[in-house]
Amino acid sequence: MKFRLTSLQTLVVCFVLCSIALGQDLASFEKRTTVKKLANGLTIIICERPEAPVFSFFTHVDVGSVQDPMGKTGLAHMFEHMAFKGTDTIGTRDYAGEKVALAKVEEVYAAYLAERDKPVDRDEQKLKQLEQNWKDAIAAADKFSAPYNNEFGKIVEGEGGENMNAFTSLDETAYFYSFPINRLELWAYLESERFLHPVLRQFYKERNVVIEERRMRVDSDPQGRLFEQFTEEAFAAHPYHRPTIGWISDLNSFSATDAQAFFDKYYVPSNMVVTVVGDLKASEAMPIIDRYFSRIPARPKPDTATTGEPPQNSERTVVLHEQSQPLYIEGYHRPDYRDADDQVYDAITDLMSNGRTSRLYRALVRDKQIASDAEGFSGYPGNKYPQLFAFYASPIPGHKPQEMAGAIHAEIERLKKEDISDEELKMIKTRAKATLIRSLGSNEGLAFALGLYQARYDDWRELFRSVDRIEKVTKADIRRVANRTFTPDNRTVGIIEFAPPPPGTGAAAQGGGQ
Amino acid sequence: MKRAILFFFAMVVSIGLFGGNGQLWAQTQPWQQIPIPKLPEFHPPQPKRIELPNGMVVFLQEDHELPTIDGTARIRGGERSVAANKTGLIDIYREVWRTGGTKSQTGDQLDDYLEQRAAKVETGGGMDSTTLSWSCLKEDFDDVFRVFVDVLRNPEFRPEKIGIAQKGVYDSISRRNDDPSQLAGREAAKLVYGAKNPYARVVEYRTVAAITRQDLVEWHGKYVHPNNIILGVVGDFDSARMEARLREAFAAWPKGSAVSDPEIKPEPAKPGFYQVDKTDVNQSNIQMVALGITRKNPDYYAVSVFNEAFGGGFSSRLFGDIRTTKGLAYGVGGGVGASWDHPGMLRLMVSTKSKTTIESIQALDEEIADLPKRPINDEEIKRAKDSILNSFVFQFDSPAKVLQEKMAYEFHGYPLDFLENFQKGIEKVTKEDVARVAAKYIHREQMAVLVVGNTAEFDKPLSSLGAVNKLDITIPAAAPGLMLEQGEHP
Repeated sequence: MKFRLTSLQTLVVCFVLCSIALGQDLASFEKRTTVKKLANGLTIIICERPEAPVFSFFTHVDVGSVQDPMGKTGLAHMFEHMAFKGTDTIGTRDYAGEKVALAKVEEVYAAYLAERDKPVDRDEQKLKQLEQNWKDAIAAADKFSAPYNNEFGKIVEGEGGENMNAFTSLDETAYFYSFPINRLELWAYLESERFLHPVLRQFYKERNVVIEERRMRVDSDPQGRLFEQFTEEAFAAHPYHRPTIGWISDLNSFSATDAQAFFDKYYVPSNMVVTVVGDLKASEAMPIIDRYFSRIPARPKPDTATTGEPPQNSERTVVLHEQSQPLYIEGYHRPDYRDADDQVYDAITDLMSNGRTSRLYRALVRDKQIASDAEGFSGYPGNKYPQLFAFYASPIPGHKPQEMAGAIHAEIERLKKEDISDEELKMIKTRAKATLIRSLGSNEGLAFALGLYQARYDDWRELFRSVDRIEKVTKADIRRVANRTFTPDNRTVGIIEFAPPPPGTGAAAQGGGQ
Repeated sequence: MKRAILFFFAMVVSIGLFGGNGQLWAQTQPWQQIPIPKLPEFHPPQPKRIELPNGMVVFLQEDHELPTIDGTARIRGGERSVAANKTGLIDIYREVWRTGGTKSQTGDQLDDYLEQRAAKVETGGGMDSTTLSWSCLKEDFDDVFRVFVDVLRNPEFRPEKIGIAQKGVYDSISRRNDDPSQLAGREAAKLVYGAKNPYARVVEYRTVAAITRQDLVEWHGKYVHPNNIILGVVGDFDSARMEARLREAFAAWPKGSAVSDPEIKPEPAKPGFYQVDKTDVNQSNIQMVALGITRKNPDYYAVSVFNEAFGGGFSSRLFGDIRTTKGLAYGVGGGVGASWDHPGMLRLMVSTKSKTTIESIQALDEEIADLPKRPINDEEIKRAKDSILNSFVFQFDSPAKVLQEKMAYEFHGYPLDFLENFQKGIEKVTKEDVARVAAKYIHREQMAVLVVGNTAEFDKPLSSLGAVNKLDITIPAAAPGLMLEQGEHP
């Protein structure tokens, strides 16, 4: 589980904290940070950090599961898995032959789907045959690649790659690992090749892997089940209501052809920011990186318009009856990350949630002693589009989710009615600076932060500049934003209520298994 | 639940939690034509080791990149030294040591004081040790270090904070069967070490309720002595001045009596099948487990190469066969675990949908049975060794990492050049070594096989593979008077 924790925590840290930053360090970063937009539209950032002979990179692609087509949720994430499957030269014994075999798989899969999804007159006998044809075609295609399973990853690991992974969120997709510095050119080749000649081989087996991932994260995890239902309830129109992992019926339907079309549309150079941080000099490294990544042909920037979420005008609640312990979560709609009050929300997050001085800890854990943990924060389930400011609390044994609601609302009322103290405001600002400083001390963290800010604001400097904005946050801002945001009609609530398992049954499974 | 978990939901990563058999490419692959220059010589800064007259060992590691100073004191003695009827003592101690404040300051006052400086002084604890650490901007060092020393020397363990800590542990007890992978990890450890063994035993309502302030005070008095402490400091300071500062701070602190680690004998469960029925899942967590080795074992190097090749990552056999080729799992992997001073756990794990539970157990069986017939081959050995050796630089690519390594060697009595020797040890590993350790440690008939899943949905009953022991995971009820709600302890 380590892989995902690491990438995840980095991301959380960044969303929540990097937008509050330290101005005076900008000068030093100006000197060692170089940005180049290639002719094809792809952005390269190099940040020199000569602490040890290694480097980390972060490839940010400005496409997430928000762009999943209707009926094909989970496709952005599925493509991310496929980006580890190699190219026309990596992972095959004979690409010319494999290409034909893969095309055949798509053809028979389409025939199978057409029969499977017939509303009437489905021929079960025929369906069975079509399914067999599909499996046979897969077996034939696998003959070209099976001896070279995971060749792309094997090359990276064998060459000393560290923490190779990727993630997909509603907002974006990202790929990353670290290498010893003498593999810079090898990396530039591998990473550009990956998006120049991807081959979506072994697609349907990997789809099963992804379905297992869904079972692990959602179907077999009560918290996962709660978050899925809660998020779906909170967003009626905007694609934020989708699970990144995808709905099971979509996972059982979409094809490699769909994934290829998704790639062709969204993995265009102008949608990509590649950030490299470590023991390298821009003057030497940029020409190498330029040479390899310039091979990716320019393509038009895709239309990414989405349905806007209309104002919520009624409180919504989902209650899950589970044989697990209770949980409480609630969320309020707020604008996207470009909102003028973005840093006010950051300040509220810090005030409510950061450590044992936070208001929610002190009220729910220390004083009322009804929860083991309670926090409130922006950026759920993403931050690129209008999103939620969410609160959660875990009731300790003997206490109900409804008590969590009462205690959280009391703290929200305080926020609306009383100014926060001078000490609190100062603490928020001091912590923001310190947190930024600490985030600058690793190649991985820097590559992530610089790349993300470049992608979001088209300027990595925003990472530092936003400190000015948090410095300017006032007590009145906090009251104003709290009053505007935290209203009952703007609220969605998610609850797990404990319900004992049905006696004598073994069939209480939830979620969307096959 | 942490904020991070909420983000899990919105985010999905490519590579599973745990964790090849290709053939060598012809030398004509494009990627192989790219020159790889020699890696520049790199001599990471080594911390300065000092032993104070009172026995405290100090490591000073300068790192001037950021204007911060961080330190950690690691103190011998942890949960494995706690009496069985007080299991969970360290869970309470590690929280209240800090939240309970000092003789002169309450924990809340310390919180306010430190947070105004964006600084931390935090306590921790685990199986073999407890820790007290600080982190601060360098301009606040004097303020923060004073708090650190006060918490180290004069903790008060205020009773109201003991109550809060106990409630937090009750909460985690009540939730411990909610997450199937956590449940599987806990039960697997019990099968390897024995349910009553300190490495596997489980905190219960009654053991936590039995913990008193006096227990915490006694623990602190027994273990927190300078000759029982290793202190590491890293950051933007001058070593000579820091040394003087530390000598002055700890000069008047006398030696205490030495403490020793307990003798702990693992009592593994009988090999065979063990089952936990969980009706609210559609995926089975399967773990095959047995005792592993220590890092002092001369086989450690060959075992490390074996682990990498067999179940270690993207390139491993288990990943390639069970995930990539068969599509049975997202999470699959494992190997022979190696701990510092006691046998680790040998663990092979896979999580798969209920309907392929038996199929996946058999797939793992096949991989194990295959090892003597199809030993880890030259290419797999090369790739595993390359992977370990080429990424070796990441073991020491920051001063803080080097410091952590040295502190660990010091704590466990390993030679301080253990890491350098590890590299040489890996280089020497041969195919024969790997075959030998595989034959020595991987015995399917000696493993306990744990399955946590929705048994009614399995492809076949687990009993089709052999006799099944059903595990009872019922959480023992709290003592009366604890005000826990009825029915919340399945």
